[in-house]
Amino acid sequence: MNNYIKFGSLVAIVIGSLTWLAVGGIQETQSYFKTLEEVEKMDAKMKTKRLRIGGFIQPGSIERNGAEVKFTITQNERKLNVLYNGSDALPDTFKDGAEALAEGKLENDGVLHASTLSAKCASKYEVKPGGNYQRIDPKKLENKS
Amino acid sequence: MENLGALSILLALCLATYSFIASLTGAWKKNAFLVRSAERAALVVWGLVALASGILVNAMVTGDFRLVYAAQYSNLAMPWYYKFAAWWGGQAGSLLLWNFILASYAAVVLLLNRNKHRQIMPYVTAILMSTQILFLVLICFAANPFEVLTVGRGITAVPDGKGLNPLLQYWTMLIHPPILYMGYVGFVVPFAFALASLITKQPGDNWIHTTRRWALVTWLFQTAGVTLGAGWSYSVLGWGGYWIWDPVENASFLPWLTSTAFLHSVMMQEKKGMMKVWNIVLVSATFFLSIFGTFLTRSGIVSSVHAFAQSPVGPYFLTYLALGIVITTWLILDRLEFLKSEVPLESVVSRESSFLFNNLILLASCFAILWGTLFPVISEAVTGEKISVSAPFFNRVNIPIGLFLMFLTGVGPLIAWRRSTWDSLKRAFMFPALGGLIVAAGLMAAGMRHPYALISFALCMFVTLTISSEFYKGSRSIAAKDGIGFLPAMVELTHRNTRRYGGYLIHMGVVICVVGFSGAAFNLNMTSEIGEGQTMNIGRYQLAMKNITFGENDNYVFRRALIEATVDGKQYGLLEPEGRVFKKQNEPYHEVAIIRRLNEDLYLNFANVSADGKKAVIQAYVFPLVTWIWIGFWVMLAGTIVCLIPSKVRLEYARTQVVGVVERNAVQVEK
Repeated sequence: MNNYIKFGSLVAIVIGSLTWLAVGGIQETQSYFKTLEEVEKMDAKMKTKRLRIGGFIQPGSIERNGAEVKFTITQNERKLNVLYNGSDALPDTFKDGAEALAEGKLENDGVLHASTLSAKCASKYEVKPGGNYQRIDPKKLENKS
Repeated sequence: MENLGALSILLALCLATYSFIASLTGAWKKNAFLVRSAERAALVVWGLVALASGILVNAMVTGDFRLVYAAQYSNLAMPWYYKFAAWWGGQAGSLLLWNFILASYAAVVLLLNRNKHRQIMPYVTAILMSTQILFLVLICFAANPFEVLTVGRGITAVPDGKGLNPLLQYWTMLIHPPILYMGYVGFVVPFAFALASLITKQPGDNWIHTTRRWALVTWLFQTAGVTLGAGWSYSVLGWGGYWIWDPVENASFLPWLTSTAFLHSVMMQEKKGMMKVWNIVLVSATFFLSIFGTFLTRSGIVSSVHAFAQSPVGPYFLTYLALGIVITTWLILDRLEFLKSEVPLESVVSRESSFLFNNLILLASCFAILWGTLFPVISEAVTGEKISVSAPFFNRVNIPIGLFLMFLTGVGPLIAWRRSTWDSLKRAFMFPALGGLIVAAGLMAAGMRHPYALISFALCMFVTLTISSEFYKGSRSIAAKDGIGFLPAMVELTHRNTRRYGGYLIHMGVVICVVGFSGAAFNLNMTSEIGEGQTMNIGRYQLAMKNITFGENDNYVFRRALIEATVDGKQYGLLEPEGRVFKKQNEPYHEVAIIRRLNEDLYLNFANVSADGKKAVIQAYVFPLVTWIWIGFWVMLAGTIVCLIPSKVRLEYARTQVVGVVERNAVQVEK
């Protein structure tokens, strides 16, 4: 019996400390996936959380200033300005019209200050009969992530 | 031709279904004729899938752009080997490759065992075919690779295909996907044997002996696949990362964790008759996680940078997984009697206990990664909010897990079976532990303060010393006894028990990889706009821009920088990072320049051109010790091959069924 207690407590310690790490990790890095429509309706408390917002990069809106990049994302006619100042290099897929996902905090200036940015890979393009290449319907965007 | 291809996958589906039903009926009615016909049907399935694959590959290589698949992933300009690799460039074709590998494995298993294991083979056939049916259904009804382009009612073609994404046109594309699939599909075989022997209530560990090598080779493929993917990402993506905990990466890592746990815990079953339920659970978990990983990357339920296009494959996978897991769980619970452990655990400080914790930790890591990957799905179901977690979460949990595993890797081989005394522990671990502490102290003195890195390097030293002492002690006694040199004695030692010493070699490879991972704590990066004649500094390197050239060829528009790196005024090397935009796909691609050295890599990416078009935006990185990761992989590969060589001396472990009485020493039997 003694052995069971010993093993049990060791296992409990291991699992316990990992759970503690995991819970802390989740709280630190969790971010909420929101559509632009939801962002408009958000209360002040929600706005302090880390957000993840997806949309299409408005063509011509990309402005580079050293490591900082400003651009606008659009989603169903709605627009949001994003300022990216993260340390990672911008992905190759980041360009006009591409689908991008920005993660960061909404500051008082109404701009999303993003620390990470990803752009969807080109394998998302689907071939349409007749050889026209068509992008996925933007409306579906909300259902992904 | 495409009609023949479509027909052959449909026929293959019919035959696989026949084989599944016939082998089960044959086993039930004890009809050897039916069982044999089921096996032959499975061989024909291989033939048909191979034919379909041949037809698709032919269409890709010759450029038959009436096929949707060829139009999308092949084109006229690519070299033939990328046209061939376009076979697995997209959803439908890669599912066909899955089918092909699975059918090939099934054929090999059936041919190797045509006169063996007659009692369990019908069930093995049925389980293999059930998976084959799932994947054939997918390519027949959800993602058919033989779909043609149509306008109204007529078949049409495009003049040229789109071709593979430039990021995929890299040599790794030729081998990474097939190797990874061979790793994941392969675990269906140990799973099939395990389940079949559970169904037929086979006594003993026959299924483990039969599939041990199979599991090991499959594990090697998984390891190679994951490492190739990491190396690919490092050399192509332009930001120098090899792992970012992307859902697709996680999907490939989960079955690797459970199969690693399995390879360790089977030793407990073979040597001590313990952990039998656990082993069945692990082999099943590995198999289901492989299927789940395939589902995750193809259904679009979580977003990923390299997921396939969305297609209606999800429900098929979920049905199969649900059915499979329910049946497997029921079988295990129903037959628990046959899986009783022969001896109980005796002490917390024992080899058994170190195995137990190794398994616990690997599974905990697996669970944490699964949880993190599915967090958006789970949180949405529970709270209605889609919440995702990112890389820091995974690192936070997995770095301590990795360090604890390293510790166990060092402890495992030296700790005694059953129970250890304080004295024996002191004797075994004094020297390695001291070595680890000296390394940590030395690095502290040299100014290193990163806690995880210090612990990691100390543990690497600890494990290296325990493994070396195992080799040293064994070889020295053989050298003294047989009067041969130390090195021949080491070869002899390894040859006598290849599994044990090959295993140590694999551990050594892991240590070398961990040294490489730890280097990431000291990565440097710097982004600068520099024009001709200007310089930038990173770490100890001074980078001088010699010139920037712009140009284009048939395939792409490019910009190229020639940069001279100097260290303390001495020339270190010339680097030519290049940025390309492929015309046809309108896709950018970065040809990074890397100077690889054992101590660190200097990595340059020509990210962009400044607003005035005259300067280059150069991203410079220094990645310490990255090369060690790739070296570690080769050591693991060598170790696995050693494990596969039959031992000169066969060890047989006497076991008794009476609980509590254990024959402690292995009986050596000369071959």
